[in-house]
Order: sequence, then structure tokens, then C-alpha cells
Amino acid sequence: MIYILGLIALGLMTRALFPNLVGLQPLTDTARNISYFVVMTLLIIIVGQLQSWNVALALVNLCLISSIMALGVNIQWGYAGLLNVGIMGFAALGGVAAVLIAADPITDAWSAGALGIFVAFIIAVVTVMAAMYTYRTMPKSNARGLAVFVIVILGILLARSFYGPAATAIEKIDPAASGYLGGLGLPIILAWPVGGLLAGLAAWVIGKVALGLRSDYLAIATLGIAEIIVAIIKHEDWLTRGVKNVSGLPRPVPYEIDLQQTQWFLDLAEKWGQNPATMSSIFVKLCYAALFTIVLLLILWLSQKALNSPWGRMMRAIRDNEISANAMGKNIVARHLQVFVLGSIVVGIAGAMLTTLDGQLTPGTYQPLRFTFLIWVMVILGGSGNNWGAVLGGFVVWFFWIQAEPIGLWLMDTITAGMSDDNALRKHLLESAAHMRLMTMGIILLVVLRFSPRGLIPEK
Amino acid sequence: MEFLNALVLLSNFVLIPAISYGSQLALGALGVTLIYGILRFSNFAHGDTMAFGAMFTILFTWLLQSWGISIAPLPTALLAMPFGIIVCIGLVLGTDRAVYQFYRQQKAAPVIYLIASMGVMFITNGIVRFIIGPNDQKFADGERFIIKARTFKQMTGLSEGLSIKVSQGITVFVTVVAVLILFWFLNKTRTGKSMRAYSDNEDLALLSGINPDRVVMVAWVITAILATIAGSLYGLDKSFKPFTYLQLLLPIFAAAIVGGLGSPIGAIAGGFVIAFSEIMVTYAYKKFLKYLVPEGWEPDTLVQLLSTDYKFAVSFLILLLVLLFRPTGIFGGRSV
Repeated sequence: MIYILGLIALGLMTRALFPNLVGLQPLTDTARNISYFVVMTLLIIIVGQLQSWNVALALVNLCLISSIMALGVNIQWGYAGLLNVGIMGFAALGGVAAVLIAADPITDAWSAGALGIFVAFIIAVVTVMAAMYTYRTMPKSNARGLAVFVIVILGILLARSFYGPAATAIEKIDPAASGYLGGLGLPIILAWPVGGLLAGLAAWVIGKVALGLRSDYLAIATLGIAEIIVAIIKHEDWLTRGVKNVSGLPRPVPYEIDLQQTQWFLDLAEKWGQNPATMSSIFVKLCYAALFTIVLLLILWLSQKALNSPWGRMMRAIRDNEISANAMGKNIVARHLQVFVLGSIVVGIAGAMLTTLDGQLTPGTYQPLRFTFLIWVMVILGGSGNNWGAVLGGFVVWFFWIQAEPIGLWLMDTITAGMSDDNALRKHLLESAAHMRLMTMGIILLVVLRFSPRGLIPEK
Repeated sequence: MEFLNALVLLSNFVLIPAISYGSQLALGALGVTLIYGILRFSNFAHGDTMAFGAMFTILFTWLLQSWGISIAPLPTALLAMPFGIIVCIGLVLGTDRAVYQFYRQQKAAPVIYLIASMGVMFITNGIVRFIIGPNDQKFADGERFIIKARTFKQMTGLSEGLSIKVSQGITVFVTVVAVLILFWFLNKTRTGKSMRAYSDNEDLALLSGINPDRVVMVAWVITAILATIAGSLYGLDKSFKPFTYLQLLLPIFAAAIVGGLGSPIGAIAGGFVIAFSEIMVTYAYKKFLKYLVPEGWEPDTLVQLLSTDYKFAVSFLILLLVLLFRPTGIFGGRSV
């Protein structure tokens, strides 16, 4: 059964990718795109058969989230040619939103330190405003520089004197279980738009500063903001518990344990002759998959609408020739800012969804290679500028990112099969198999960029 | 006396660490700025090139140590560095041939180079983790300190000690030598002059018969040398861990931009600006003030502007300020 499916997938893929190899006419665009998605489905079915359906569905859920992130990056890079190297930060903001919205509020912590934090925040805002006011009103001189400097230093010290004790007070309250402010205790679905909003705000600030300058600056600025956002999440224990992780976030779907005690579910399991434990976990994953698919389709539909509207045509005109678009009266910096914020919102939504799926916020897992550069490979491989391409890229790349480890391990095992088990080289190679996927992704990125820069599903 | 103590305290915890960190950043930023000047893109793979060069330096150090060769009291790594440099030159020339050369012929946009450099970063990072693993590696040997804190206290009778590590001394010395050679090369030799001409105006340089392939090759070779030195010195001074080099990318870019992308002198100045601000902003001045203010006025807080967890934020803030007020950097690099 598996072999037949594998053969069909292989055949379809060859037919779609290399028609001359089998001596046939190239497929039409639509047929080719459909075969890509069919092959992807077959691969997932094979994993379901070979490993387990639980594994396959977990894979699908993360593929869906990856596709949404890739859609967001495609809006920035594909529509407008903007380089965002800080995807990790925007996704992490989505995760923060999930905590702030859905975690249970810790009332003791609120009464202990919320006021101090609030005062410190107000002082910080007033400091920035005072510094800006001084900078604008005083004549340009050394005195102005000194005044701004003194205001900023005093402001920071004053804010810290309120913030420090407040943060300590909050972190002292039951540090093993909480030690943070908690959230609002609202349904976690609400966190998805809020995550988008937070990410959009951050993008607006960055865009305001870095857009309109040369293209590299945006890349470097986004790289920086991502590092800082993750540093804040890791170290501000009063807000996100830092590396202690916030676990046990509420779910938008039923819990396995509840399902296993529900009569209709047990009846159904018995009727289908399935183990209730396995079936409940598959059912939960299916619920997630359904939710994520709805969001993905919604965003995809909106993106397609936007791309094919006058606005989308204008964006592509700006991307392809800024000078002539500017001559036509388009405000390039404003449009870039707009599209940059929109793309980041989508990434933020996906970030919140990811934290929802995990049920916990684990700041240690936000790593640029996994969250920023991997998404880039998805967009480039799928086909920059094409929304379907971004979705396909999200599926393909995530699939191989997860499956590269077993494949790499198997490969290393085969290569070194002749050596004895305690051979140092064999041990080292087997241990290092995990790092193979970084290299694989780099090679995929470079090969696609060079030999097929338009990706699997090229822009029309 | 109190004043001297305060001064020594500040030198020990701010001045000396900042000078050695600044030297490492300056060397890194020089590599970035050179590639920017000649090939006109921001090389995201630079951090991992540093890690790669440093890794081979470490491997050769271990080899030399196993043969019992050492140049004590100096660390063996200094002897191994030339070998690391050679391997690193091989890597960058290889990637240039395999990756960037194609885009040069295509006259691709800088953004495409940038994305390609991300691919190179992935692969280099993978190679480094594959060969040496993701963990901390120690390879410093020989004498640890030039001046120990206790010796200094005995010598001067002050209550504050001043310690200078051998790695810090070597960092500064090697950086000064490397920078002097680089500037001599860029200003006095024929190849160096042709590189500057190419960086200033590509078309004009081509018209006057400068061979672009040669200029690009020399630029990569110099970058590899600088990256290996910077990476090895950083590893010697702190410790070698592949992931930290990825994080160095931000301060290095900030340094190159603060100084003005494409300007070597700016890269050096930028490196020190970033290093000094990072350490000064995250230093707790409580003890320092205690020596200076009259009795009873001591502050009870740490008097620290920013916790050390946010040292990246400092380079980022400086970067933002420069972009806001002077996008071409202090020394007026290019802004294409």
C-alpha cells in the first residue's frame, strides 16, 4: 500500500517537475499546481501509514501554521520586495499575546506590583516625550545634546527605581507556580487577532525608522528588533515568566482526558473499533487542523483579493520600478510601511496560533534559524509573489524539516554501517545527524535561488 | 586615593573589557564593510564565517597541543591561527565561486545577494555544528593574566584591583597590527588602491583596466583573514560557542553602519562606539559612586541603566539613532 502511494507520488512529482525527462509535454499551470498539492497529500498519508496518524496530524498542524507565516512574509517580500529578517520577533509577539489574553490573572501579583510597573511605564513615556520636546524646541547646540542626554538618563533611573521593586515583588509571589502578572483569562482565540495587532505595532515602529533608506537597513533593523523582543520575553519574568515558561494555557478545543470520559465519544470509538486514547488525541488534532485551515483559507482569500486588486498591482509596480512608480505619484515609503505592517500582522497571528497549539510559551525555543530563516526558505522555494506558492512552500519545507532528522539518521546509519558500534567517527556522525537539516535548508535555498528563482509555483 | 580607586574600578570593569571587545567588533565590522564596499551587499554569513575560521583555529590548536608544541606563556591558538586563516580563505573563495560569482555575472540586485548570503550562513552554520558540535569549547592555554588583581593591589596599595587577561592584551595587539597592515595595504599598494577605486566608482575603475575578479578575490581573502582573527580572538577572550557568533552579527552590523558602510575607518570607530556604549550602559555604577560621593550619600540601588541581559538592545538603539539622524554613518559611507 505504502509502496504504491510512494510510487504514485514519485511519478506525479517527476511528471510535474521534469516533463522532458519522461518525454512528455509540460503540464498546464493549474494541473502542475494541483499535482504538487496531491503529492504533498500523498506524502502526509505515507507518514500516517508508516509512523502514525498522530504524527502525521501533528505535522499537518505545524505545516498549516508555517504556511500562514510564509503568507505573511510573502506579502512583504513577494508583493513589495521588503526584506524582513526578524520574523522570529513578530511570531514571539504573537506568543506573548496568547499569554496576556488567555492565562489566568494572578490577583496577588496584580496588587503587589502592577501599580509600580504602570508608574514606571508612564515615566518612560513621559521621558521620551520630554526628550523629544527638548530636541525640537531648543536651538541646535551642545546644550541641547546635554539636556536630552540628562533627561534620558534621569528618566531611565527614575523609571527603574519604580520598576525594579515592583518586578521583584511580582516575581516573589509563588515563583514556582506563577511569579508573574498572568493574563486576562479570556478565550485564547481572541489572542490571535491581538497577536497580529502587537506584531503590527512593532512593525510600524521599525518601518517608520528603517523604510525609505536602503534595503539592507530594514533587514538589519528587523534582525535587531527580533533579538530584543525575544530577550525581553526571556528575561522579564514578571511578564512572561521568562525561561520558566508559561504552561497550561487554555485550549480552544476539548481536552483528550475529557473526551475519554464522554459517553458519545466512547460509543463512537467502540463502534469504529479504535482505542479511545489514540482516537481522542487524533480528534483533538483534527479540531486544531480545522481551526487553522479556516484561518489559512481566510488569509489566503484576503491575500488573493488584495493581490489582484488595483492596490496589488500598484504594489508590484512599486516593487518592479520604484522610480517610475514614484513618478506616477505613488508614495513609496507610505505604501511600503503599509505592506510591511500587514505582513507582520499575519506573522503575529501565526505566532499566536503556534503558542495556542503548544499550550505553552517557551521563550527558549525562539531561535532565528527555526523561525526566521526557515520561513524564508519556504517563501523562496514556494515561489515569491505567489500566495499558493507560499502555502505549498510552508507544507513542503516543514515536512522535510521534520522528516530530515529520521532521513539523515538513516543515511548516516547506512553510510557507517560497516564500522563497529563504538567507533568514534560513527558515533560523532550519528550525533551530528541533527545538524544536517541546517545544511539541507541552506542548500535548498541556494539551489532554488540559482536554478529556479521563481520557485515551484511562479508568480503570474 | 578614593578618586584613584574609582578610576581603577572603572578601568577594570569598563575600559579594559570595552577595548578588547571593541577590537573584536572592529575586526568583524571591517570584514562586513569591505564586502559591502566591493560586492555591495550586507553579508549575513559573516558571523558564521568567523565561527568557521575560529573552529579551524581550535582544531589546529588541539592538534598542536597533542604534539606538545606550545609557545607558552602565549596561547597556542596564536600559532594555529594562520592555519585556520588558510582554511577559511578556502571556504570564502569556494562560496564565492559556487554562489556569488553567478549573481555578479547576472548583475543581480543587492537583495538577492543578501538572501544568497543567508543560504551560505545556513550551510556554514551547519558545517560548524556538524564538525565541532553546538557546545562550548575551551582552547585557551598558557599564562592567564598579564596583571593579576591581587598583584596590582600589592603594587599600588589601592583597595581596588586591576587585572588584564593575556587574551585581552593579545586582542588589542593583534588588532592594532592587523589594522595597520590593512591600511598600509589599502593606501600604499597597487592592489589596495585598485580596490578603493573599485569601491568608489565601479565603472570608472573598470574603464581604467582594473580586473574586477582580482579585486573581488582579494576582498574575500582579506575578509577571511579578518574574520578568522576576530572569531579566534573572541573565542579566546570569552569562549567558543557556534550560536554566539550568530548573535554577534547584530553588534557587528551596527558597528559597520554607525561608522558608515563601506568606510574602513568608520568600521573601527563604530566597533569601539558599540562596545563602549554596550558595556557602559550595562555597568552598575553603585561601587564607583561610593568612592566619589561624600559619606552618607551612597545610592542604595545598583545605578545600572540597563540590565546585562539587554546588551543587544544597546547596539540596536544606537543603530536606530544613527538611522534616524545620520543614515550614512559618522564617517559618511555610501547609501545606495
